[in-house]
Amino acid sequence: MIEVENVHKSFGALEVLKGVTVTVEKGEVLSVIGGSGSGKSTLLTCINGLETIQKGRILVDGTEVHAKTTDLNKLRRHLGIVFQQFNAFPHLTVMENVTLAPRKVLGMGKTEARDIAVQQLENVGLGDKLDVYPGRLSGGQQQRMAIARALAMSPDYMLLDEVTSALDPQLVGEVLDTLKMLADKGMTMIVVTHEMKFARQVSDRVAYFHKGILAEIGPPEQIFDAPQNAETKTFLSSVG
Amino acid sequence: MLETDLSLNDMMFLARGAGVTLLITAISVAGGTLLGIIFGVARMNLGRVVSGLLAVILDVFRSVPLLIQLILANAFQAIAGLGLQPFTTACVVLALYTAALCSEIVRGAIGAVPTTTRRASRSLGMTWTQDMTYVVWPMALRVGLPSWIGLVLSVLKDSALVFWLGIIELLRSSQILITRLQEPMTILLIAGAIYFIISFPIARLGGHLERKWREND
Ligand SMILES: Nc1ncnc2c1ncn2[C@@H]1O[C@H](COP(=O)(O)OP(=O)(O)OP(=O)(O)O)[C@@H](O)[C@H]1O
Ligand SMILES: [Mg+2]
Repeated sequence: MIEVENVHKSFGALEVLKGVTVTVEKGEVLSVIGGSGSGKSTLLTCINGLETIQKGRILVDGTEVHAKTTDLNKLRRHLGIVFQQFNAFPHLTVMENVTLAPRKVLGMGKTEARDIAVQQLENVGLGDKLDVYPGRLSGGQQQRMAIARALAMSPDYMLLDEVTSALDPQLVGEVLDTLKMLADKGMTMIVVTHEMKFARQVSDRVAYFHKGILAEIGPPEQIFDAPQNAETKTFLSSVG
Repeated sequence: MLETDLSLNDMMFLARGAGVTLLITAISVAGGTLLGIIFGVARMNLGRVVSGLLAVILDVFRSVPLLIQLILANAFQAIAGLGLQPFTTACVVLALYTAALCSEIVRGAIGAVPTTTRRASRSLGMTWTQDMTYVVWPMALRVGLPSWIGLVLSVLKDSALVFWLGIIELLRSSQILITRLQEPMTILLIAGAIYFIISFPIARLGGHLERKWREND
């Protein structure tokens, strides 16, 4: 369970999260939608402790992320994250990208790490790209590799930040299919997305972010068909 | 035209000079690079005050001409009664000079690794050290290597200045032969060729690695 309690986050004078509270249960898929700059990415990076927070707290399975005593490196093994921007390790092959953390962080042996990587890469349709360098992959393939890389750590949660937003339209589908497959397997996920159709299909709940505040949260039917909040209505009509 | 009084002994004398040049360069580059990496990484991770102080010190070594540094250092060590051999003094000064230049290369190369890539590796649970070792170092190496090769080649040539401390390296031994045999052309051609023979593999190694890495992009 991920518990976000009254979290405030500022970059200098700019307050980006203004008291966000939300709980994600095991097995749940929460989609986060909202305008550019509303703090969606920041929320994800706060959850895995890449960013500090000024107020409130975040608990992952009961461990307080920003407590001084928390071993973030250990906590992050349970939290897979895939970012908006491509971030393959360009000097490593696809296989090496995926096996690096399992080997160095989890201390896995070569064959075991390799087996897991092959399985994860086949799942995302990259079984034939094992020895290719990321520079030779398309954007969609790079994002699928990043998903496989995160999954190879067997995380309990996946945080996905607009993983399709930097992709050409024809490549979006393949990545969304990968995410659907994950949701079907019961992975707990927080998915920041601009793909409303996708959010409606896979989410248990949808959260609408507006200027650092969680303006509305509820089942997809509520958010998309009968939004309660005026801002949500405006946003949804603007994105069509 | 190729008649010369140059004897086998003279050639050996030149070769010994080349050996000294090579040794000073190797020691300075090894020590300087190690220190340069430490200083470069330290400057990016220590607080503003310590980092700023380090920057000023390194700037001194970068900007004062090497010749002045060598002569001053030699004078200071004599006054301070350290009793250092000129060879040792020369290696220390050249190493610090190399370290100052190398730390800038290191800073630039590490800075060129995208923040997003580093965030990705930390997100996988890698520690700062693991991130530096397996992600930042290899990526930065590709960026910094050409400049580092350039640095090594310039240290090789700059090492000639240590003859001011009375060390007989390649350039100084050629001068001695020129004075004795009065054959400046022949001797300088040979000395130049030796510098080239030492430099060539280093330059080629750089090109080779760059080409190998580019194949992956
Ligand atoms: N490292 C940072 N330093 C300073 N300001 C930042 C930093 N990261 C984000 N911000 C600012 O915080 C605000 C929220 O950014 P965030 O990336 O969380 O928005 P977002 O909802 O993910 O937007 P988008 O849909 O465009 O990705 C923005 O105004 C952004 O400029
Ligand atoms: Mg974002």
